[in-house]
Amino acid sequence: MHVKHSNLDRFIISVNYILLGLAVLAIVVPLGYIVIASFMDPTVLLSKGLSFRISDWSVEGYRKILSNPAMLRGFANSVFYSTCFALISVTVSICAGYALSVNSLVGRNFFMTLFIITMFFSGGLIPTYLLVKNLGMLDTVWAILLPGAINVWDLILARTFFKGVPNELKEAANVDGASDWTIFFRIVLPLSKPIIFVIALYAFVGQWNSYFDAMIYLDNAQLHPLQLVLRSILIQNQTMPGMISDQLAMAELKRLSEMIKYSSIVISSLPLLVMYPFFQKYFEKGVMVGSLK
Amino acid sequence: MANLAKAAQRTARLGEQRSIRSKLDYIHKNYFLYVLLAPALILTILFKYVPMYGAIIAFKDFSPLKGIWGSDWVGLKYFSKFLNSPNFTDIFFNTLKLSFYGLLLGFPVPILLAVMLNQIRKAGLKKNIQLVLYAPNFISVVVIVGMLFIFLSPTGPINQLIASVTGNPVIFMTEPEYFRSIYILSGIWQGAGWSSIIYVAALANVDPELHNAASLDGANLLQRIWHIDLPTIKPIMAIVFILAAGGIMSIGFEKAYLMQTSMNLPTSEIIPTYVYKVGLQSGNYAYSAAVGLFNSVINVVLLLTVNFIVKKLNEGEGLY
Repeated sequence: MHVKHSNLDRFIISVNYILLGLAVLAIVVPLGYIVIASFMDPTVLLSKGLSFRISDWSVEGYRKILSNPAMLRGFANSVFYSTCFALISVTVSICAGYALSVNSLVGRNFFMTLFIITMFFSGGLIPTYLLVKNLGMLDTVWAILLPGAINVWDLILARTFFKGVPNELKEAANVDGASDWTIFFRIVLPLSKPIIFVIALYAFVGQWNSYFDAMIYLDNAQLHPLQLVLRSILIQNQTMPGMISDQLAMAELKRLSEMIKYSSIVISSLPLLVMYPFFQKYFEKGVMVGSLK
Repeated sequence: MANLAKAAQRTARLGEQRSIRSKLDYIHKNYFLYVLLAPALILTILFKYVPMYGAIIAFKDFSPLKGIWGSDWVGLKYFSKFLNSPNFTDIFFNTLKLSFYGLLLGFPVPILLAVMLNQIRKAGLKKNIQLVLYAPNFISVVVIVGMLFIFLSPTGPINQLIASVTGNPVIFMTEPEYFRSIYILSGIWQGAGWSSIIYVAALANVDPELHNAASLDGANLLQRIWHIDLPTIKPIMAIVFILAAGGIMSIGFEKAYLMQTSMNLPTSEIIPTYVYKVGLQSGNYAYSAAVGLFNSVINVVLLLTVNFIVKKLNEGEGLY
């Protein structure tokens, strides 16, 4: 940049730094508060607020959370749902995206319209619920994995990506006698790691953070994902069965439930927050491919 | 979208020239493409189109025993029931207000952030700031609402501050008057950084020479942002705005539902939460489906209207 800055410009730039600094603080302070509070003795937290004295700290909340069966099961369920959901989403959108990227495909226009219409119109909550119910999928993992597995946005993303794969590659392989299947699996797929990664990440994160489908489709607590367990702790203020015995006094109950709230927030958000800086560039790539269509 | 439509037209024209026989030939020879397409098609027809058909229960006296087709038609009975119900005005305007204010306040923030980020010349610093600004996007809505309850509780940190100044804690989560502000501000807190990515990407394409030239002509930084940076991202702003406006009746249901307390219902009950409650919790499937359909129709009308207006204002550039 060779632009010369005037005094006014320098002032604007300083204001810019200050405003961005405030934005960063607005995010770091609440998150930091939760993390620090999760390590604190709740009695001290409730009476004095945050403290930085080691003697006021405690890992009791984490011990309670990590020894709670509902929480652990929720965590395992969420890993399972998110992984399977990502696998299904990727398979469906990559396959269809590739087919739709072939210009000569007969009926391409029709199929594309069919998919795009669903971005604007939907049957709504009740008819979808009735369908899932009629298919006998209530209280099964399929209710979580299948209805949302097809995402038109991902499909368009994949299709855009495959359009960028040079045709010459496919033609050359064709001349060498490779079948369509071989071309797809041995040549096109290895080239599409970035798009597979982007779609898988989006699907995984989306499923990890969602609670609503599980809330309406799953009655059986054994199947509940992490977010539903969190909802009962954080929002419905339920202390989980088996976590706190009845003999404990109300004050102790209150103390423990506060503590559990903070540590459960940290435990459930940590995996994504720790992983995401490493994946940031892929996420950004996905947004950009999507925006340029 | 425009390219897509053009390409589609071209293939359509090509398609007409082909005989049916050669089409069948093509399908036979390239059956593997259709096999690849099949899972997506089956899922879409089953989970998107079957429910669209199922939405006709809004016009029927649905009985689970008789099924969708066997139940009796009742016409617009459930629509007029909703329109005439005492809750209608409140719920309808709650939905509109929440979304409209959300759009009005939330739409400019990501643009502002992107323009501000674009001014940072040190690549490392810019990346670190972005890293922090995007982070809340990866926190689940359950945790976000959980944090709101913690921070805004009568004994929470914000009230400790307020109480030390005024002496009286504010009971945020149960007061109807605070619901919208909390909902919208926390939404901006969570989403603005992430939403700015698309503008940041577009701003990276601005030719630095333009800034140089304008600077030589004596334009200050604000003038250059106004006349060079903003026009560059205008088309993307239009698309993002249309899409946001089209979703105006359907946004944030999951969060609104979590934030509801029995006390804040006067402002927090919106059409989607109402649909969930009368439908799935009370079992009035047909009535609830009618309310849902009413909501979708308004959505589509809004999308078309906004697209039309933006097209007029934006020299013919709309979403479609």
